[in-house]
Amino acid sequence: MQPTDIHDPDYFHKVVDCQWACPAHTPVPEYIRLIADGRYADAFMINWKSNVFPGILGRTCDRPCEPACRRGRVEDEPVAICRLKRVAADFKGDVSDRMPPRPTTRNGKKIALIGAGPASLTVARDLAPLGYELVIYDGDTRAGGMIRSQIPKFRLPEEVIDEEVGYITAMGPEMRLGQRVDSLKGVLDEGYDAVFVGTGAPRGRDLPIPGREEGAANIHIGIDWLSSVSFGHIAKIGKRVIVLGGGNTAMDCCRSARRLGGDDVKVIVRSGFEEMKASPWEKEDAMGEDIPILNMLVPIAFIHEDGKLVGMTFDKVRAEYDARGRRNLVSTGEEPQFHGCDDVLVAVGQENAFPWIERDIGMTFDDRWDMPVVDETTFQSTLKNVFFGGDAAFGPKNIIWAVAHGHQAAISIHKFCQGEDVAVRPPPGVTVVSQKMGIHEWSYDNNVSLDLRFKVPHRDKFAALSDIKAEVELGFDLKLAFNEAQRCLNCDVQTVFDDKLCIECDACVDICPVDSISFTANGEEADLRTRLSAPATNQTQSIYVSQGLKTGRVMAKDEDVCLHCGLCAERCPTGAWDMQRFLIDVAQAESACCSK
Amino acid sequence: MTFIPKPKLHHPDLQKNALGYTRRDYEGPVSTLCAGCGHDSISAAIVKACFELDIEPHRVAKMSGIGCSSKTPTYFLGASHGFNSVHGRMPSVATGANLANKDLIYLGVSGDGDSASIGIGQFAHAMRRGVNMVYIVENNGVYGLTKGQFSATSDKGAKSKRGVVNSDEAIDLVGLALQLGATFVARSFSGDKTQLVPLIEAALQHKGIAFIDCISPCVAFNNHEGSTKSFDYVREHNEALNSLDVISGREEITVDYEPGTMEMVTQHDGSVLALRKLHTSYDVNDRVAALTYMQERAAAGEIVTGLLYVDPNPRDLHAHLDTVETPLNALNDDALVPGARALERINAGLR
Repeated sequence: MQPTDIHDPDYFHKVVDCQWACPAHTPVPEYIRLIADGRYADAFMINWKSNVFPGILGRTCDRPCEPACRRGRVEDEPVAICRLKRVAADFKGDVSDRMPPRPTTRNGKKIALIGAGPASLTVARDLAPLGYELVIYDGDTRAGGMIRSQIPKFRLPEEVIDEEVGYITAMGPEMRLGQRVDSLKGVLDEGYDAVFVGTGAPRGRDLPIPGREEGAANIHIGIDWLSSVSFGHIAKIGKRVIVLGGGNTAMDCCRSARRLGGDDVKVIVRSGFEEMKASPWEKEDAMGEDIPILNMLVPIAFIHEDGKLVGMTFDKVRAEYDARGRRNLVSTGEEPQFHGCDDVLVAVGQENAFPWIERDIGMTFDDRWDMPVVDETTFQSTLKNVFFGGDAAFGPKNIIWAVAHGHQAAISIHKFCQGEDVAVRPPPGVTVVSQKMGIHEWSYDNNVSLDLRFKVPHRDKFAALSDIKAEVELGFDLKLAFNEAQRCLNCDVQTVFDDKLCIECDACVDICPVDSISFTANGEEADLRTRLSAPATNQTQSIYVSQGLKTGRVMAKDEDVCLHCGLCAERCPTGAWDMQRFLIDVAQAESACCSK
Repeated sequence: MTFIPKPKLHHPDLQKNALGYTRRDYEGPVSTLCAGCGHDSISAAIVKACFELDIEPHRVAKMSGIGCSSKTPTYFLGASHGFNSVHGRMPSVATGANLANKDLIYLGVSGDGDSASIGIGQFAHAMRRGVNMVYIVENNGVYGLTKGQFSATSDKGAKSKRGVVNSDEAIDLVGLALQLGATFVARSFSGDKTQLVPLIEAALQHKGIAFIDCISPCVAFNNHEGSTKSFDYVREHNEALNSLDVISGREEITVDYEPGTMEMVTQHDGSVLALRKLHTSYDVNDRVAALTYMQERAAAGEIVTGLLYVDPNPRDLHAHLDTVETPLNALNDDALVPGARALERINAGLR
């Protein structure tokens, strides 16, 4: 193998699995250390800079970071990264004086942002301090988009939304709320320098099977129903409720139904339990509220009597996989199952819809899905001054993706308005600093905690189910937060090897608790991976290879399960190993266009 | 010195041996020796050898004297017995322990000061008596604990860290061991575990005195230019005689080697040492030839390593003394106190 180029920012970034997995590349270990240090406001601001909505995401994020967490590969469970984020938000105190001040001068450019959800708000947050005049449109009367309309309040209290959306609205964008945009052409005609479309995926998919029309009064589209609950238009539901769908929206629907009078609520899903799209913890929470999840049942019909819905029939299926590994659901041939109910909530997916974008204004739509063609890096549409982000860009994802899109779109808009090439993306800022404080002392806590993952305390079930606004999760207290924070392995504190100093004494090999380090003859990667102290079978993790050493061998380190405990550096007599904190600052609009 | 314990977390695919232990189960607390000390590598090699041989930790007694080397038994086999004796007196204590309970595996760890200076008399007698034990000298040619004076194994002409040239002749422990009748003699290097681990395994299986002189660079006081025990010097002058595979029990020998390059030494207990010969003319069973060869190569400035001599049918102290099969410490009163009638018979026989 070629010697590893550790100066490529991506190399060490990948080692920080959580940060690499986070669409917004939040420096996770950095803020977790600050939490352990009691510096909650600092931890919050690091989050705020990267992901804009720490308190909201700390309760609702899909957590792509946690399955990536290295801790999950050396013991049972990853660090509770998401809930630690909430700790930063809960205990930060007043941070208003840390927010960027309203700019005193304008830069003369005017941007329209359609939709006031997480994508648009992120664009606004990034562009407002640069002096842009921003106008945000939304059909709802309050800003927040799906964060406010679709996420139940027992998961995300209103005050948290108000606070974090408030930081952005306080930066001075003009809020045109309650104004649904029904023509992009109309907006463009107002003379904006650029337009950002962050309208989400607002259309819930329906289920056109027999009985749909006859039972219509008791069949509701999940996201619309959640939105009506959220805004207080709906306050109760029948006693027996069937929720169709296996995603997080279905979980929100069933748990909301439990709080609005549903005693017998069940979720019925086409696929198997494991393949459900809902996050494991959301399924767990639903089941914890006495909601059974029935799998491998495909809806046949809504059954109605005397014009009233009485239940549904389902076909029991099993999964069969073809030669290419694609799944087919095949009927088991059993009698259709009947499940009685008073109401059905349909949460079988949602999609984007752009009936308000004229097809004759020069924007290309793809033939297959009739969706606008959007560049995956720049988020620019074929109409050069129109940018997309969030669910509106590439279909339904999660809040953290909307934020990531927002940051990139903001860079593009900024470059576009300054007359620069949007395709040229700004590089990240990288800081690498040795953590050495003394011969065997480091400026991070290198003693690896052996604690297992701590559970977030929940509100008493009876109290939780009797009030739809009572938040179920109470959040970590400071003691739990500290202990959970200590589980973080500090993967951003990198093991940096200097081949010129190495005397090949084997001290690092001997001390490494996870057999990460080897000194061996170099070879092709596939071969080298089999010859290390412990075979490196996790192909997604890199092998750090040094230049040739005096004996002709190389140092090869499998990054996979390195605990970042620093013992290799402590036992190294020559300082060939050092522990260096790698902080990568992914570019945002503020520094994007260095020339201006 | 490292202040944190080595984390208990280990590689998810860490192997277990026949006893269900992982290699990590054979470790001890974190070493307090200087970072990079060759002795720590030897400890790691011992850990690996015991793991691979499926040795039950409670069947091992770690014996040592005083010095950096003699501290190391703390840092491996944390679940085994241990005895830190007076300086240089490890061989006597080990001899006594072995006499009392011959069923334990005795692993003596000593240094060049402990064995070649203050304890050289003890060393000599353990060798000639053939105490059934592994005797490892962690040889760094320097008194590390007292800041780097030459030890008795420092080569004549070697330079100290301060630039002083050693004018005394070195004691060659390997030569002594051969002369004194040790039945297993090897030399190795802490920086070469591929060689060292099988040697320790073979030594552990040897039923007699097994001596390993292990050159172990002192990174603090003897790893500079001019030293003959530095990593660089040893690597440059190392002449390996053979490389060893230990095959225990009835495992089949499946490795293919060129004809004439392999030598199988079947030991008393049935285990086989498979030697891949690097010097084809060298006979590992010829003690006299070994002595001559060592002298020749040493004069040529080479450090010969590998298995230097092995007696496939060794006799140990208990064989010499013709002791009973049962370990002495397990004999009960009936066996130990034959009674008045037996005494009478003996006395009568002497009249």
